[in-house]
Amino acid sequence: MKAVMSGWDVEKIRQDFPVLSQTVNGKPLVYLDNAASSQVPQSVIDRTSKYLAEEHSNIHRGVHYLSQHATTAYEAAREKVKRFINAPDVDCCIFVRGTTEGINLVAHAYGKGFINEGDEILVSEMEHHSNIIPWQVVAEERGAKLRVIPMNRKGELIVEEYDKLLSERTKIVAMAHVSNALGTVNPVKEMIASAHKLGVPVCLDAAQSVPHFPVDVQDIDADFFVFSGHKMFGPTGSGIVYGKREWLDKMPPYQTGGSQIRTVSFEKTTYAPLPAKYEAGTPAIAAGIGLGAAIDYINSIDFEAAARHEHELLEYATERLSDIPGVTIVGTAAEKASVLSLTIEGIHPHDIGTILDQDGIAVRAGHHCAQPVMKFFEVPATARASFAFYNTREEVDKLADSVQKVIEIFA
Amino acid sequence: MSELSELYQETILEHNKNPRNFREIEDADRSADGNNPLCGDALRVYVDLEGDVVKDVAFKGSGCAISKASASMMTQTVKGKTKEEAEKLFEEFHSMVTGGLDVETEENDLGRLKIFAGVIEFPARVKCASLSWHTLNAALHGEEVVSTE
Repeated sequence: MKAVMSGWDVEKIRQDFPVLSQTVNGKPLVYLDNAASSQVPQSVIDRTSKYLAEEHSNIHRGVHYLSQHATTAYEAAREKVKRFINAPDVDCCIFVRGTTEGINLVAHAYGKGFINEGDEILVSEMEHHSNIIPWQVVAEERGAKLRVIPMNRKGELIVEEYDKLLSERTKIVAMAHVSNALGTVNPVKEMIASAHKLGVPVCLDAAQSVPHFPVDVQDIDADFFVFSGHKMFGPTGSGIVYGKREWLDKMPPYQTGGSQIRTVSFEKTTYAPLPAKYEAGTPAIAAGIGLGAAIDYINSIDFEAAARHEHELLEYATERLSDIPGVTIVGTAAEKASVLSLTIEGIHPHDIGTILDQDGIAVRAGHHCAQPVMKFFEVPATARASFAFYNTREEVDKLADSVQKVIEIFA
Repeated sequence: MSELSELYQETILEHNKNPRNFREIEDADRSADGNNPLCGDALRVYVDLEGDVVKDVAFKGSGCAISKASASMMTQTVKGKTKEEAEKLFEEFHSMVTGGLDVETEENDLGRLKIFAGVIEFPARVKCASLSWHTLNAALHGEEVVSTE
């Protein structure tokens, strides 16, 4: 059957992504490692190249033509970010190099401003290491305690337990919007509302949500919303921290140095207003402009149809792989997005990954930077296929056939 | 596909399924932990020495087929060898999987361990094959933790 589902012309979309047309180990590339990093459309490559070829200069500094030109392009990208997540204020969209840096920014700046001895920080059991360790470090520095929102065997957060953990000691909640290891979509709107009843802000790791469905930060009422460009069809080295002004204005800066100041003397420094306050040093200008181009690309497609297509792929893959004896799907939440983690009885995920690679299929094998999740499910690692809107039903069939081959080799 | 069957040879698959000396040695003279933090492979190697001779050697842990089979065959090979001989085998094995030793043309004592030469075609898997050897080497040198990241 031709791969047009949900009004989504996947073959046409694939032509936008030059990397997808290559062969690997003599087989057409089947790229199913999108949760690690997604591929880049030609329009993003072109925009980034154009910047480097024709527009490059340092921003916010020179009076000369190129510097002003680069500044305009960079700030235009920030405006695109604002509209993409429906932020109320463009100055509350801070450029960072990626989600990890973004969460570190929030954890350290918020921690320094608002977390004290005896306070509690809530993180969930399904977090990526980058949304655990910064909080662990801050907790240690501030004499606070890290508490963990538990999940059930399906990989869903137990909201009743979360409600019990929230207290007047809680100073912030940090959790994934979508789990990178399990694909679970967390009920963030509801959980944020519970935290807000006690005046507690919530920091969402949105690295795995923004590439897959439209998000309105005002609708979910997130206090901090952090994501990477390279998982949403943009370049590496780009990322965003959106924060509510009420917090960003009060928190101290994270990194300090050039660009983020108002006045400097050896006695005292005063800081620039948002967003510059949190953007010390020359940023990754080309990457930021590339992120803007990735948003243009997303806006140019029917993103809702893309999400439906991905969902159908996930359901089809879940069905095909569940049918193979010996395969266990890790993460079976009712609400999932684009991630299929699996184990095969008696076969280590690295061996699965190597054999799949020989068939041109790229998956991630390992702990997905989520060792507590692996511990919870009592597995050392999983093999993870993660989908983007350019993946096809035929690719899911190839994945299933190759998994079958793994089982035969090890039989 | 030929490279794949070179990597997953029958012997390797068999050792993966039935690893030899896959046990703890209580009160072992030496032991060391080997970790590959990138992929999560973790094993512990136990060594009992009699003078300079490896009287008993065993391992426990979790890992992929390559790391398990390599550990299993390593224990079979070094049992009864002197420390010096075991260290020489470590050097040769390490050299083979990192491309420094051509086992077909250059002299070596690797014997049936040569089946791991195929791993060189899979750069991401070299550390799987060498983890147990690094760990043994650490144990023989009295170190307790080794990481192959």
